[in-house]
Amino acid sequence: MPLDKVLQRAASGWTSGSGPEADIVISTRVRLARNLAGVPFPHLLPVDGLNQVVSDVSRAVASINSGRGWGKLDTYPLDSMPALDRKVLVEKHLVSPQHISEPWGRALVLKEDESASIMVNEEDHLRIQCLFPGLQLEEAWVAASGLDDSFEEHLPYAFSGSRGYLTCCPTNVGTGLRASVMLHLPGLVMTDAAGRVLGATNKLGLVVRGMYGEGTQASGNLFQISNQVTLGQSEEEVVRSLLGVAKQVIDQERHTREALVKDAALQVSDRVGRAYGILTNAHVISSEEAIKLWSDVRLGVDLGLLPGVPTPVLNEMIVATRASFLQRRAQMPLDPLQRDAVRADLIRKMLATS
Amino acid sequence: MLCELCGKRPATVHVTKVVNNEKVEHDLCQQCAREQGDLGVFLNPMFSINNLLSALLDDEERRGRSLPAPTGVRCATCNFTYSDFARVGRLGCSDCYEVFGDRLDAVLRRIQGSSEHVGKSPRRAAAGLHVKKEIDGLRRQLELAVRQEAYEKAAQLRDRIRLLEKQESTGEK
Repeated sequence: MPLDKVLQRAASGWTSGSGPEADIVISTRVRLARNLAGVPFPHLLPVDGLNQVVSDVSRAVASINSGRGWGKLDTYPLDSMPALDRKVLVEKHLVSPQHISEPWGRALVLKEDESASIMVNEEDHLRIQCLFPGLQLEEAWVAASGLDDSFEEHLPYAFSGSRGYLTCCPTNVGTGLRASVMLHLPGLVMTDAAGRVLGATNKLGLVVRGMYGEGTQASGNLFQISNQVTLGQSEEEVVRSLLGVAKQVIDQERHTREALVKDAALQVSDRVGRAYGILTNAHVISSEEAIKLWSDVRLGVDLGLLPGVPTPVLNEMIVATRASFLQRRAQMPLDPLQRDAVRADLIRKMLATS
Repeated sequence: MLCELCGKRPATVHVTKVVNNEKVEHDLCQQCAREQGDLGVFLNPMFSINNLLSALLDDEERRGRSLPAPTGVRCATCNFTYSDFARVGRLGCSDCYEVFGDRLDAVLRRIQGSSEHVGKSPRRAAAGLHVKKEIDGLRRQLELAVRQEAYEKAAQLRDRIRLLEKQESTGEK
């Protein structure tokens, strides 16, 4: 599939809003870190070494494509695409900021429906990831593991019986598994309970972060919970314990929302109504303001306090209003004010047509 | 780039502060950033787990808590040393895990709470491991048989081990 098609649409599999608990859980991700035996990790490889890994992986992709069971996978080298396109891939959650920071000898392998992507030569040779809508930890793990099996048939993995899958950073060694769920928790934030509820998850070997992964802030009341430990616990154990914790947090958020509607109906209606008013009438809006108001509107829609905006539209808005996506859509570089104007226009249109 | 404060160590921490509505940015080394007390508050998005891990290893080293350094030990595959690892918080290649074995076990237990893998194995490697385990078992039986001077049994065991070793080496190719 031409990459252009992927870059033009804000919609991905995960934006469909179709999975379980989709009113609170935006998406589920499972990623597996894998490396090739006897080949230095990407940070030590010269460009021709990196390219060799890309070509080995591409050959494996060709063999997997000729088999059955998987949708078609395409390989896109990062160094041959414009810088703006690479940034859009980050905004679409298909690659990490680290992966595009040095694009030479790096590549993305992508499944047509964007539910599976493989970062080639990020920190590890392979980062296989599956991104599903709603709360689907077991499903995403099974899918990622299946894709992993397919690659293993064609590539010699670095593995040791005692230490498991060998990774560049010792924080990933063992299962190489990082499972995460992205949660929208406006109720807990509004009632100042987010810190308490999420803080407790830290004690269980889980980490809470902002939406764009490592080192980013929680904007739009979007939080990512993921496992920390990769040694000494099986994949199933990790997935089960994360699932259990996610369900607890979802319950807490639901109870809080119910309490808000019961005890503070007027304030909540006012808040979400104002947010909707601004988003449907603004002509200039920053990304920070947009994501903040987005969270209020999403809450209002989920509580039935606002006109029904379909969940896919709201999810796509997260991607569509990001700086690089807007610029690529406008097909020209935009200064910050122009960007804020284009963003406001797009949000008005998306809310009006839904 | 060198640290703006000490001018000696490499700058690995990017600090952004807002002072009187003005954004001020600094590039500092781990140590100076820690002394400034800013670490953990103004972290750059690119600041990664590797930096943290490296700081942790560095700290261990200075407190003399880590195991004696295997001085001069270099990974033959990637040329990495343990101090390279302690500096960047990443290993050089998968063989490093073998080369830095014991010291790494201590690190793994500290950051992971365990040093033993539980979970999925690649199908190919799993088959190999199974054979290795069987060979190990047979070797122990062979030693015992030799000690007990049960030579006929020892010969059988030897032949079985040879067969498995042959299978293992051809199976890997």
